[in-house]
Amino acid sequence: MHVPDGFINAPVSAVAGVVAAGAVAVSLRGARRELGGASRAEGHGGERAAPLAGLVAAFVFAVQMLNFPVAAGTSGHLLGGALAAILVGPWTGVLCIAVVLLVQGVLFADGGLTALGVNINVMGVVTVVTAYALFRGLVLVLPRTRRSVTLASFVAALVSVPAAAAAFTLVYAVGGTTDVPVGKVLTAMVGVHVLIGIGEAVITMLTVGAVLAVRPDLVYGARGLTAPLKLRVDGELVDAAPAAPAAPVSTGSPKKLWIGGVVTALVLAGFVSFYASASPDGLEKVAADQGIDAKADAYEHATADSPLADYGVRGIAAERLSGGLAGVIGVGATLAVGTGVFLVVRRRRAAAAESV
Amino acid sequence: MGAGHAHKLYRHGHSPVHGLPPHTKIVAALGFVVVVVSTPREAVWAFAAYAALLAAVAARARIPAGFLLRRLLVEVPFVAFALLMPFVVPGEQTRVLGISLSVPGLWGAWNVLAKGTLGTAASVLLAATTELRALLLGLQRLKLPPLLVQIASFMIRYGDVVTDEMRRMSVARRSRGFEARGVRHWGVLAKSAGALFIRSYERGERVHLAMVSRGYTGTIPVLDEVTATRAQWAHAAALPLAALLICLLGRTL
Repeated sequence: MHVPDGFINAPVSAVAGVVAAGAVAVSLRGARRELGGASRAEGHGGERAAPLAGLVAAFVFAVQMLNFPVAAGTSGHLLGGALAAILVGPWTGVLCIAVVLLVQGVLFADGGLTALGVNINVMGVVTVVTAYALFRGLVLVLPRTRRSVTLASFVAALVSVPAAAAAFTLVYAVGGTTDVPVGKVLTAMVGVHVLIGIGEAVITMLTVGAVLAVRPDLVYGARGLTAPLKLRVDGELVDAAPAAPAAPVSTGSPKKLWIGGVVTALVLAGFVSFYASASPDGLEKVAADQGIDAKADAYEHATADSPLADYGVRGIAAERLSGGLAGVIGVGATLAVGTGVFLVVRRRRAAAAESV
Repeated sequence: MGAGHAHKLYRHGHSPVHGLPPHTKIVAALGFVVVVVSTPREAVWAFAAYAALLAAVAARARIPAGFLLRRLLVEVPFVAFALLMPFVVPGEQTRVLGISLSVPGLWGAWNVLAKGTLGTAASVLLAATTELRALLLGLQRLKLPPLLVQIASFMIRYGDVVTDEMRRMSVARRSRGFEARGVRHWGVLAKSAGALFIRSYERGERVHLAMVSRGYTGTIPVLDEVTATRAQWAHAAALPLAALLICLLGRTL
């Protein structure tokens, strides 16, 4: 479902565009790593990325045209986010979907030019990240067999489609230009997309299974499954000497990127958020007008009493200041949690490496 | 909604619109769409003026109206959504032909339809008057990362190859008596999708090796650097500036 122009208002579209640009920039770096280290062509990351990602994008584009008959003349098609994430890895997956959406928007007029950022975020980033995170988690938990890879791809694809629908609803709630109540949008979108997700899940699972059966080495999500190479020496199976590990590719200073990202997030949260929420929220307005407030109480968020409720800091009168402050605090909290998780994971990994 | 992309996108021609450098056209189309999106929906006449502007550009580029309208069909899924809106949006009700419709819903439907259609028409005009390769060059000129442009160009170059491969597989399936009728046949189709992935990926590896053997080091040299003169920029800017004028009038009136 490509969002056209005029469906999401201009400030939110602009913010989504900035976020999408950041996501694509990060994926470009990640895709070089994923496609470069896949096989014998070590150290050729940058070169291999363009033709391989291009062909995978062409594949995603083609497979979206492959119609799967459902029943009685209706048919659906694959969205491909989860499939791309599992087959070629999350970074390349985001990149390929983003390129497909860019080409569809600019050349085929499918999806608006101003809505490109929203489309990339919803259909590319959210789908791929959700699918891959779930897939990775399940593969780690389940026994290391082919069957669990296919099962994990089923679940990942099943969840990724309604997740995209929910993400769209979120964007719509912040910057939608029409007054359809968010609750209705959410029910309709998620309801329809759960059905679509079932089809997507079955087809993704079958497709991953088909590739696994023929070229298991091509499935990024199943790298751990390949049996070690064995040589037959005098009738005995002997482990072949493992290839020397490639020297770590030096990536530029991440600090600059990190600082830039934090500053951008703070600026967005502190200042731009005011413009995003300054125009009266369609839902709140309709709710107030129609007196559905009473009913909406049931929906009230569990944290409505928190000091940050409704994106404002309690006890600060100036609306602009309070909204901006809430945004800054939110970014800070997210950053703290994220950094904490990252540090824990890294420490654990370092410990594991030492113990080996 | 990836269906219906089989049309020929580009219409060859030698009009002034065709002759403009691609990056000026991309900037103009984007500027136009941004202006359209930020116009208040109550200024109904402004949208008529925008449509007239686009019609003038189409006439200048000698793009037939039929071609433009046929390409606008891409938008159909969202039209269906927009048509539902008057029935589901709560608010003040009005009666049209004995059916009760909501006023904010009607405004919302109008908003989405008008802006969406104008945006789609602008992109269609852009693609119809600019060659695919030129569009990519224009994007590169506008400082899109070169790797991203390369990926997009590979995708466009091999998109038809991969699609044709898929079509040949479909012909092969049908010539062996297979007809996909329902869910039971998904396995076969999914195996085709898997085969298609393997073929695409292996083709990518072959393309890469062929390029490396011809001296590819990760960048593609830009042979024909596109540049735009001030006059060309001014020509291209005519569309968004006219639209901006209309938008400002629409906001004040």
